[in-house]
Amino acid sequence: MTTIENSLFDIRHMDTLASGHSRLHKIDPRAKLITTMIFICMVVSLGKYDISRMMPFVIYPLAMIIAADLPVLYLFKKILVVAPFAILVGMFNPLMDTQPLVQIGGFSISGGWISFVSILLRFGLTVSAALILICLTGFNGVCLALEKLKVPGPFVIQLLFLYRYLFVLIEEASRMIRARSLRAFDSKGLPFSVFVRLLGQLLLRTLDRAQRIHLAMCCRGFDGHIRISRPMIFGYREIRFTFSWSLFFVLARCYHLPMKIGSVIEGYFL
Amino acid sequence: MHMADALISPAVGGTMWVATAGLIGYCSKKIKEEMDDRKIPLMGVLGAFIFAAQMINFTIPATGSSGHLGGGMILAILLGPHAAFLTMASVLTVQALFFADGGLLALGCNIFNLGFFPCFIAYPLIYKFIVKDRLTSKTLTFGAIISAIVGLQMGAFFVVLETVFSGISELPFATFVMLIQPIHLAIGLVEGMATAAVILFVWKSRPEILQSSIASQTGSEKSIRNVLVGFVVATVVVGGALSWFASAHPDGLEWAMFKTAGVEELEAPEKGVHTSLAALQEKTAFLPDYGFKKTGIHDSKEFGESWPAVDPGTSVSGLVGGILTLCLAIFIGFIMKKWKSAHV
Repeated sequence: MTTIENSLFDIRHMDTLASGHSRLHKIDPRAKLITTMIFICMVVSLGKYDISRMMPFVIYPLAMIIAADLPVLYLFKKILVVAPFAILVGMFNPLMDTQPLVQIGGFSISGGWISFVSILLRFGLTVSAALILICLTGFNGVCLALEKLKVPGPFVIQLLFLYRYLFVLIEEASRMIRARSLRAFDSKGLPFSVFVRLLGQLLLRTLDRAQRIHLAMCCRGFDGHIRISRPMIFGYREIRFTFSWSLFFVLARCYHLPMKIGSVIEGYFL
Repeated sequence: MHMADALISPAVGGTMWVATAGLIGYCSKKIKEEMDDRKIPLMGVLGAFIFAAQMINFTIPATGSSGHLGGGMILAILLGPHAAFLTMASVLTVQALFFADGGLLALGCNIFNLGFFPCFIAYPLIYKFIVKDRLTSKTLTFGAIISAIVGLQMGAFFVVLETVFSGISELPFATFVMLIQPIHLAIGLVEGMATAAVILFVWKSRPEILQSSIASQTGSEKSIRNVLVGFVVATVVVGGALSWFASAHPDGLEWAMFKTAGVEELEAPEKGVHTSLAALQEKTAFLPDYGFKKTGIHDSKEFGESWPAVDPGTSVSGLVGGILTLCLAIFIGFIMKKWKSAHV
């Protein structure tokens, strides 16, 4: 499968996951969105050299994955695919920061390596939180949550339209690419001139399609205002979900929980 | 290259989100005012087009490596700056949610880097300036290439600024800039050529599309844009270069203090609200004393009291401070306007 078809499959798969039936799926999207944002903010606000302090935060993605039965390997592969940029930039930390920070046995570990590991952990946590949000809520849910949270109407409408026509356009583009590659005998990639013509054709078809869509909307009574309606209840379950997770994140951020646990265990056995 | 959550501090992420949210609000308001029904499906479908186009890799003529279209410039040319910014923001949002391409906190930074510069700086100031009303092959090509290059350079520069100010990565400013700018020069050139070629294709087969898109972008917002541009340029000049010439002599208050008490600043009490607030300020100041944070790792060469104090930290902080202040001022202005119109 080419990249285009892969990504189409990807989006469709995540959409299917979002229409699951676990308890977490039924929670109002606003609660999940707010919890995810607080999670990301707390993780990102940790210091450069914090590794053990990040450990309690691993509970959130794990709990979500287990409770909603999400495919772990699939999510892990997605995280790996986007890791390169963070790794590339983070790689300079061990090179630049060589002062030893930690002594374990006979080895001293420099601050650079610690901050590098911290970056990787941070990356894994934040990316998995975002992916889990989509897997549990679905894109339409997120857009409706945004609309209820007072994000400007035109932007939400743009997101919904984009999502709706994403599939149409990706399929059209993949058909064009496939048709061309089946007719190309020495296919060493797509030459620039061919690309320009392909894309230009796609653009012209897109503009025509936009006009047809507009006419179809007018035929069905479009008057310039788009009304979004979906019953969304932010009830006791949502408040409990958001409040308890947010409290946990804030506590984990402010107090060094692993150290406290470690000292309790030390006090017991030593 | 999209920013990742892992490399951002909440201060930087939050600031850029405020700027992006303000811009989204402003563009949404403009779209509502325009009342052009046809634009709504057009924006959605063009967003999907850009998304699909970003997945088509072509081989770059001389090198043999492959590249793909970014899309900011094409959107700006076809839709105008406000609609194009919203469309680009929506594309990046979908990418962030589905492909984890840039985290949710970094989404604010990414939308700003990849949306603001092509739509509000490169398009009105460069592309429109080069093309004006003369739609010829040469002006379109030249305009597209130069504006794509400039837009991408500025976006890449802001990536560096955001990473350095977050302080999570140890990459020093100079190294990062020298690595990223040449790469994005090449990327910008390729993007410019692809944009120019596609626009030329559209223009040659259906010239009325480009002409109608120019006609639909009224010139009424020209005056306010000129004012804004003037402000931005002034901010850049003053913050960037003139800050070096800021006098090294003590200011009025410090001079008076010195004459009376023999010290230029009072010692703060050991405990109490002062110290806790001062500690808070120290933590949140990402440009302490108008320069880069002097970490213990680099041996900070004291620049002494040389004048003009040519310190990249000062000019960057001057620039950044100026831009942030401007954005905040604009944002507050729009909030006030909205409040006023709601209470009329």
